[in-house]
Amino acid sequence: MSSEITPKAKPVKSTGLHVGDPAPGVKKVDPILIADGVKRTFGGLTAVDVEHVEIPRNAITALIGPNGAGKTTFFNLLTGFDKPDTGDWSFEGRSLAHIPAYRVARMGLIRTFQLTKSLGLLSVMENMKLGAKDQTGENIFRGLIPSLWRKQDREIEDKALDLLKRFKLDAKKDDYAASLSGGQRKLLEMARALMSDPTLVMLDEPMAGVNPALTQSLLDHILDLKAQGMTVLFVEHDMHMVRHIADWVIVMAEGRVVAEGDPHEVMQDQAVIDAYLGAHHDTDLGSTDTGHVEAIKELIDDEQ
Amino acid sequence: MDWGAIFGNAAVELISPTTAAYALAALGLAIHFGFTGLLNFGQAGFMLLGAYGYAIPALKLGWPWWACLLTSLLASVIFALILGIPTLRLRADYLAIVTIAAAEVLRLTFTTNEFAPVTGSANGLSEYQRDLLTLNPLPDGRYGFGPWVFSDRAWFFLILGWIVVILAALLTWLLMRSPWGRVIKGIREDEDAVRALGKNVYSYKMQSLILGGLFGTVAGIIFVMPRAVVPSYFQPTLTFFIYAILLLGGAATILGPILGSIVFWVLLSFFSGFIARAVEAGWLPFMTQVQAGQLRFILVGVAIMLIVVFMPQGILGNKKELAFVK
Repeated sequence: MSSEITPKAKPVKSTGLHVGDPAPGVKKVDPILIADGVKRTFGGLTAVDVEHVEIPRNAITALIGPNGAGKTTFFNLLTGFDKPDTGDWSFEGRSLAHIPAYRVARMGLIRTFQLTKSLGLLSVMENMKLGAKDQTGENIFRGLIPSLWRKQDREIEDKALDLLKRFKLDAKKDDYAASLSGGQRKLLEMARALMSDPTLVMLDEPMAGVNPALTQSLLDHILDLKAQGMTVLFVEHDMHMVRHIADWVIVMAEGRVVAEGDPHEVMQDQAVIDAYLGAHHDTDLGSTDTGHVEAIKELIDDEQ
Repeated sequence: MDWGAIFGNAAVELISPTTAAYALAALGLAIHFGFTGLLNFGQAGFMLLGAYGYAIPALKLGWPWWACLLTSLLASVIFALILGIPTLRLRADYLAIVTIAAAEVLRLTFTTNEFAPVTGSANGLSEYQRDLLTLNPLPDGRYGFGPWVFSDRAWFFLILGWIVVILAALLTWLLMRSPWGRVIKGIREDEDAVRALGKNVYSYKMQSLILGGLFGTVAGIIFVMPRAVVPSYFQPTLTFFIYAILLLGGAATILGPILGSIVFWVLLSFFSGFIARAVEAGWLPFMTQVQAGQLRFILVGVAIMLIVVFMPQGILGNKKELAFVK
């Protein structure tokens, strides 16, 4: 479906991000986010078990993996929305362990959600203004005196209007966010995240449910973030898009990081192919003993 | 049938201090439920703390009115903290369960004979208004026009009550148009999204719980000023009446709770007057006077159902919002 989608400008790829051979947990020249021994279990299920991973600064890193690989859980752990059983992780050299989500966001690590969280009964403009940091009027007592926050609010509004123009949502600014389409909500969520001038933007499946025409502009926006000096980490299933814009790819499967590298090389990696297609996808099942095949068939029937 | 008396009694409710008290309590609930999305089912508990927090120090310690008021407000803040600290991190429904239970715990504590010397038990307390009445600037006597002829004392509580309601409405309006209000409304829509934007959601929810609770507390004081304080006023049904008022007026509006309270009390008074006299006149032969007294509450229940089904946004609510409610 997405084979003909390419960003308008040819993306400028960042290279030379890592030190040594690309392998899971490889050192980066200039990491912005480092996670060490992060483990999260739900009862008997180990959702995330990442030994070591570094996210390179001012680059676009894609986090890929089959469904259930623990990508979103890993996102939640990094941003303080979930607490790991063990592990340390730091952002720009400051430890993030036991720091609540809102404070992580204030440090400049902003995330979006897989299922968009637009604030439906607030106008698009109010959604945007909510994204701005350090607002005087957000204190209950200072909020009572408009003269204290009016000027700042106007500046925020101008900034929001600028961003909305870039995301082509300015015509909708007074509408309820609930009246936007799914794709427009994705755009709004991304624009809102940019209101706080983040250093690291984490996008959870930014393309899910977005039509091809809009995908193109979303891709351009993501590339734009990098051009403005931000770091992007995103989860995505669309390999074509990953190959096009990502400078670095981290592959997760069953909660672990199984491969890392430059997007073209990583697609050739045996571990990645195994993770996506199953370890025995190229083995002729007919040549193994027939009992095995019967068992698998029964399993499939059961599942259906 | 004495239509004049029925309409006269209904007209009295238009401006009565009770109407003002319910309006203020509903405004507090609008902050909780309408703007922040907090399901507080214990507004009666906040009102009870207002009533007793004022009456006990006034009677037992002889404190001046402002010290009694401060005691009430302090008790209310502590109550909000006790309710909020364990539950505001959890899903909204937990707050609902805890608040309804806590309000009942308070009511039963004030009803029990164990503390009768302080609380007056089921008989309650009275004659705590003396210090406040020294401020009454109105000359002695009964005056007014039409159905609104009251004593100077009644006028004083009435005017005081409505002044407080107007000030509270003004405060709410100022807050809800500020960036603080924006965060609060954002939390109602999706608290995780607001958290991801760097706002301390827990603290905002706590501020909202305290503020709305304080409104409830002051409403409790206004409510018991023209009468005596008895624990049975503060049954869970009180909270439900206030919810009815809120939904009638419009949950996320500022004038809605006030208008809702006026409509609620005028209609309630009209219905009860009408039914009582209809029974008297023999129009409803299947019903006794006692049954007629209960019928008005059945009508309130039916009215709430009709509002929720046919006018979920309330009288002043924005119909446009309704198109997007899941």
